[in-house]
Amino acid sequence: MKSLAELAAIREKMKDKVVLREGTTNTRIVVGMATCGIAAGARPVLNAFVEGVDKEGLNDSVTVTQTGCIGICQYEPVVEIFQPGKEKVTYVKMTVEKAEKVLKEHIKGGKVVEEYTIASAKKA
Amino acid sequence: MIRAHVLCCGGTGCTSSGSPKIQSAFQAEIEKNGLADEIKVVQTGCFGLCALGPVVIVYPDGTFYSNVTVDDVAEIVSEHLLKGRVVERLVYNETNDDHAAEHASLNDTTFYKSQMRVALRNCGVINPESIEEYIAMDGYAALGKVLTEMTPDEVIQTILDSGLRGRGGAGFPTGMKWKFASGNRGNVQKYVCCNADEGDLGAFMDRSVLEGDPHALIEAMAIAGYAIGADQGYVYVRAEYPIAVQRLQIAIDQAREYGLLGKDIFGTGFNFDLDIRLGAGAFVCGEETALMTSIEGKRGEPRPRPPFPAVKGLFGKPTVLNNVETYANIPRIILLGADWFKSIGTEKSKGTKVFALGGKIRNTGLVEVPMGTTLRHIIEEIGGGIPNGKKFKAAQTGGPSGGCIPAHLIDTPIDYDNLLEIGSMMGSGGLIVMDEDNCMVDIARFFLDFTVDESCGKCTPCRVGTKRLLEILDKIISGNGEMEDLDRLEELSNYIKSASLCGLGQTAPNPVLSTLRYFREEYIAHIVDKKCPAGVCKKLVQFTIDAEKCIGCGMCAKNCPASAIVRTDYVAPGHKLASFKIDSSKCVKCGACLPTCKFKAISKG
Repeated sequence: MKSLAELAAIREKMKDKVVLREGTTNTRIVVGMATCGIAAGARPVLNAFVEGVDKEGLNDSVTVTQTGCIGICQYEPVVEIFQPGKEKVTYVKMTVEKAEKVLKEHIKGGKVVEEYTIASAKKA
Repeated sequence: MIRAHVLCCGGTGCTSSGSPKIQSAFQAEIEKNGLADEIKVVQTGCFGLCALGPVVIVYPDGTFYSNVTVDDVAEIVSEHLLKGRVVERLVYNETNDDHAAEHASLNDTTFYKSQMRVALRNCGVINPESIEEYIAMDGYAALGKVLTEMTPDEVIQTILDSGLRGRGGAGFPTGMKWKFASGNRGNVQKYVCCNADEGDLGAFMDRSVLEGDPHALIEAMAIAGYAIGADQGYVYVRAEYPIAVQRLQIAIDQAREYGLLGKDIFGTGFNFDLDIRLGAGAFVCGEETALMTSIEGKRGEPRPRPPFPAVKGLFGKPTVLNNVETYANIPRIILLGADWFKSIGTEKSKGTKVFALGGKIRNTGLVEVPMGTTLRHIIEEIGGGIPNGKKFKAAQTGGPSGGCIPAHLIDTPIDYDNLLEIGSMMGSGGLIVMDEDNCMVDIARFFLDFTVDESCGKCTPCRVGTKRLLEILDKIISGNGEMEDLDRLEELSNYIKSASLCGLGQTAPNPVLSTLRYFREEYIAHIVDKKCPAGVCKKLVQFTIDAEKCIGCGMCAKNCPASAIVRTDYVAPGHKLASFKIDSSKCVKCGACLPTCKFKAISKG
């Protein structure tokens, strides 16, 4: 090790790989991954979130995790967003494209994508 | 892209209960399910809940699985990792209620929340065999900081200001040690040593740091080297810790490869290298002068102080010698500052302390709490209390050098000075909990038996004195004690304390003195009533059968390994068969008959 910069470079490179274990993130993206969810295509949606969060450099503040069946199987894949001080947002019938939009507008932009939420799905 | 980490504990405790097999089963099962690109399996150091091993933690949710077996792996992978359903039956459930899944995350448990992990910050979190994971957790940043921004004197001042005291037992201020050894930098060969010869009964925090975060030790020793002007360090670790030795060696090799040990570290011209020296496990080698004598290749015996190691230590050169846990605090103090460290703890004991919980306690394992935490909090909250509804009797701290804390002092805030005041000592942090079934005379005898074995024999007070103490105790527990023996015990103890050469002898009588202080009535019961109130001392225990209650079924006789139970001619009124009796000359006092009697006819007393 010849310089502090070299150490900092390793730290930056590795940080994303261990941040998962700190449990200090604010936003949680929870993907329903029961049999119904997986059958409806939750797996690519989960992967889209995981990759998107990493690509946008949000690993420090956003956790992508999974849960079991929430009980609304007809709306799967279901994705819920938890943020401190805000009400939970439930997105339904998610796809990879929708996931990308939610990531960009809701997670980064702070604006709920109303058209994908369970509230608008029920109205339709 | 990795979305989840499965952390398998690879500490000694979990390894011996089969964690390597579990880790490879996870690897195989994850591959079988096509999840290898999404889920990473990581081997970590000890997380502390050794009683529940093997433990597995799944991140990012932090789900804490305990007592995992190879057969459970497929279920965890298909349910949790694939479908996101926590396998509730394996989740650590400290309250034993039906809502395990609600506090599935480790971070929500009382065990974890009540702790403050400074020395153990990375244990159970990073892979100890990956220097890059350590660097990601700000590893080696403290070394970088001292080498590029601080003078050696500033480093020493920071450690002095922090109030850090030695975690190995005596609690000597670490900064002072460094300062004493700091003179004449650059002109004299000096050494930095680490005492990893953890010998206190029941203590294993040093092993845990070596196994779980070995780079923290390397970084801290390099910092100490810079502070006092030493270019060579030695870690003295017992050969009985094979995993610790192996991981430390891997860590040293990695640090050399990354240029964090060796020549011209960070391009600052500072050189430092580190080697391991293995000890054969003699308790006396945890004493600093004996440890250095052993590193020199001689028989591990202490030598008189002064001269202190800071003046004339290893190979006769100025040497700084600290304990593993002490070193583990150093990088944090450098990075976060002396004021941060000072803000934790009590007036004279700063920072945190790791305790190894053992004995009659639910969560045996390792916990780290701020100094000044009460014994009650450690035992009842973090330790989960005493199993089987038994009553707390005493806690033993400081191993064979320490003493007992009786139940009425359970609310004492634990720090160096309070413990000394109540006749015990911090020691390295072993904390053995005892309940009403423990006999305090027997406990004192147990520790003394250990010191008699471990006395190196160099000085007479320790070699002969402890042996005589043990003989007096043996006399008492075999029912031949006299009241004068108590005075003899005290008198001899005080001679041994004041006349022994090193810490081993100077502290060896402590278990006797402290049990005499707090549990004198138990000694008297042994001597005067010839009874052991806890029913432990075999020679003072009698098993008897109440002939009136005995129905003559013979279950006890069948289960007696010594054939000491025989049928009598007496048939109690209302019974059909003749009753049994115990032949006390044959009885080995094993107690096997007790649970076999459904009619509660057998009593112990």
